[in-house]
Amino acid sequence: MSHHRLIVRSQEKRKCFCFVLPYSFSFCHRTMKILVAVKRVVDYAVKIRVKPDKTGVDTQNVKMSMNPFCEIALEEALRIKEAGFAKEVVAVSIGPSQCVDTLRTGLAMGADRGIHVEANSSFLPLTIAKILRSLAEVENPGLIFLGKQAIDDDCNQTGQMVAALLGWPQATFASKVVLDNDKHVATVDREVDGGLETLSVDLPAVITTDLRLNQPRYATLPNIMKAKSKPIKKMTLEDLKVDIKSDIEIVEVTEPPKRKSGVIVSSVDELIDKLKNEAHVV
Amino acid sequence: MMMQKWRRSGDFIRFGRKSLTNLRSKEDSVSRSVSGFVNCCESKGKLFEPNAGNHNTELDHRCPGRNLGIMQQYKCFGSSSASQIQRNPLFSSLDSNDVSYFKEILGEKNVIEDEERLETANTDWMHKYKGSSKLMLLPKNTEEVSQVLNYCDSRRLAVVPQGGNTGLVGGSVPVFDEVIINVGLMNKVLAFDEVSGVLVCEAGCILENLANFLDTKGFVMPLDLGAKGSCHIGGNVSTNAGGLRLIRYGSLHGTVLGLEAVTANGNVLDMLGTLRKDNTGYDLKHLFIGSEGSLGIVTKVSILTQPKLASVNLAFIACKDYLSCQKILVEAKKNLGEILSAFEFLDNNSMDLVLNHLDGVRNPISSSENFYILIETTGSDETSDREKLEAFLLKSLEKRLVSDGVIAQDINQASSFWRIREGITEALQKAGAFYKYDLSLPVEEIYNIVNDLRGRLGDLANVMGYGHLGDGNLHLNISTVEYNDKILGLIEPYVYEWTSKHRGSISAEHGLGVMKANEILYSKSPETVALMASIKKLLDPKGILNPYKVLPQSFFSP
Ligand SMILES: Cc1cc2nc3c(=O)[nH]c(=O)nc-3n(C[C@H](O)[C@H](O)[C@H](O)COP(=O)(O)OP(=O)(O)OC[C@H]3O[C@@H](n4cnc5c(N)ncnc54)[C@H](O)[C@@H]3O)c2cc1C
Repeated sequence: MSHHRLIVRSQEKRKCFCFVLPYSFSFCHRTMKILVAVKRVVDYAVKIRVKPDKTGVDTQNVKMSMNPFCEIALEEALRIKEAGFAKEVVAVSIGPSQCVDTLRTGLAMGADRGIHVEANSSFLPLTIAKILRSLAEVENPGLIFLGKQAIDDDCNQTGQMVAALLGWPQATFASKVVLDNDKHVATVDREVDGGLETLSVDLPAVITTDLRLNQPRYATLPNIMKAKSKPIKKMTLEDLKVDIKSDIEIVEVTEPPKRKSGVIVSSVDELIDKLKNEAHVV
Repeated sequence: MMMQKWRRSGDFIRFGRKSLTNLRSKEDSVSRSVSGFVNCCESKGKLFEPNAGNHNTELDHRCPGRNLGIMQQYKCFGSSSASQIQRNPLFSSLDSNDVSYFKEILGEKNVIEDEERLETANTDWMHKYKGSSKLMLLPKNTEEVSQVLNYCDSRRLAVVPQGGNTGLVGGSVPVFDEVIINVGLMNKVLAFDEVSGVLVCEAGCILENLANFLDTKGFVMPLDLGAKGSCHIGGNVSTNAGGLRLIRYGSLHGTVLGLEAVTANGNVLDMLGTLRKDNTGYDLKHLFIGSEGSLGIVTKVSILTQPKLASVNLAFIACKDYLSCQKILVEAKKNLGEILSAFEFLDNNSMDLVLNHLDGVRNPISSSENFYILIETTGSDETSDREKLEAFLLKSLEKRLVSDGVIAQDINQASSFWRIREGITEALQKAGAFYKYDLSLPVEEIYNIVNDLRGRLGDLANVMGYGHLGDGNLHLNISTVEYNDKILGLIEPYVYEWTSKHRGSISAEHGLGVMKANEILYSKSPETVALMASIKKLLDPKGILNPYKVLPQSFFSP
């Protein structure tokens, strides 16, 4: 329980918080905290439109939802907690004020509390990873769950960067996660080209989730009601002392070339002719 | 032409000798049994001789699905009716001159004689009704429709207008050898006014394509239904389709602002107005909305569409009893009125059916409950709409009207909730035989008929109730292992009488087609039907347009 007090203290002092906690000390799983990053993205089912000025994707009047891989990450964290391996699940979202809606979804699924790191520009993975590192230093979780990628930028980098910044082990593309209470390790199956790879990582660790890990639950009315009284803490980049300078500049966003409609050919000869003279493939 | 004959399944006795003679003498006659079990056998050159003595067993041997032998059989499981449908002897039969003429007008490739394509066009979506047309015509414009109809009228060739062929009452397929006229090639959007939202298009446009087109303009169609990927706007108008958004946008009688139709003799009626208000004389377009192709072929439609609103929310909730469903409906109208866009219900039997027969479907509610309701809201402000919906549902939960529920957090979840409701028809088809009724009833009566039928049928069948509760529209479905006269005898005319007694409608939105043409009197007075028949005679004196459908034949006998 001293561990718990430590967190409180470090939160109080977070402005001058600048040392890395000695993570090697043993975790008590019954008090373990899981941090889950949830990203607000253009809904999976929405047809993406690029802004006419090519600076990005149009999000005006567009349905936004939780990134599906983040949903899976959150679901896994909740299952671990329900199985008695963790005490608290904290959802964190970084972005504009509407991220609170995404956090509410997370709370309605069962997360215990939310952290909203307010930021009005959209960040690339390294910045997000730095923010998450700072948060991890404040929150001191035993596990950080992230989706393997966000469906908007498809970067597939954040989880790996967080692990590297924290110096924690990482297990990416998880399709199965098993915690060992006594040994403080997580055994993770990952889907790789040749089949399944099984890793064993010491906690604390970063796990990123793949599609087949689980089927996320729905937000039920009783849980939506409970979520209303769960806290969402607002934090700023200054609070976390993160330098948001990015080395990457987005030059242009364009739509993929439109697929031309096909034609029905009337004979094999015509097909061969078209393949030769129009498609130039034979 | 292949020799063809229709037979009844098992009760020749009740018709006595006369109907037997009829059956033998008429090559093309549909005879409908008292129980409404209408079967058709195609026997190659050999007429089936019913044997009054042992027909039951004999016929049963030849029931579809049991015998895949020489006799090619198919079936129509119509409704209960003591009358018979006979091919109108006044109609001509198609000959080679007709075909050449059509080719001249339409071009070779739009005159379809290909057996495979005809097989599809002759068979309805449920595979319950099947005609034997030898010709399908695909006109490309109004002028061609007019020429074709004018010719058919002068030759007395019967025709069946066909759209996407998703109709559920056997209206879109021929009964005998009617020429199929499908306007599917007439699929162009003609105009869209972004100020008024009025869309003008040809009748063969597929509903979903129109919806996609409008989506790019920031608008939505005022109707949506499970068949959207196939049904035509012309078919929707001709059936006055209701669907999932009626509670919000009203019926097509309100949203269709104008149309163009071609009557039997080829007359083109230009009623393609785009005005919301136009009180000049009789509003005749309404005759073509819901008349199921019996008065003319709809060729163009002008329809009022609505701006697409940014926020759509969907809840899937569970209720213990039907009374709670009713109360929630009343409360939802009061509390969500301005954003309510769908209010659908299904019972647990329907849910089980879907879970058992469709892949990848799960019950969003963790423990099963007697009733489920889908409530959709559509509005302009995501945050306030959602808060409103949540507050409403939480209040209902506190009042114990709702026992559990979920709110979709993304479109994917919403689609999976809709999949349950929209998948029922598909699941029914996979489950085996089913009898389908589409009733309008006072909301408080809706579930009584389901319970009454369960009592009547006991273990014989699975009775399911679902539908557009917000519109007082029940889809009553009875699923059995196979079609069976005894069961049908227990259902009909009971269902129709019950509906009539409660001043309901025996067709809320699917139409009458061939299934319920004779049943119209359960919902309309004889005087009214007589006037309908007069209108039909006026617009189509030779009766070539979609014969045997919508109105009882008896109103046309000399
Ligand atoms: C899965 C599924 C879900 C459905 N859900 C609903 C629902 O929610 N609400 C509802 O109301 N219906 C529903 N239906 C029934 C059906 O889809 C609708 O009635 C639809 O409007 C029919 O359109 P269609 O183009 O397929 O017409 P068809 O089935 O081809 O024809 C229907 C009738 O209209 C006539 N017709 C078609 N086109 C024309 C034309 N251009 N001019 C004149 N007459 C024409 C035909 O002769 C026939 O009598 C559903 C059907 C399915 C298969």
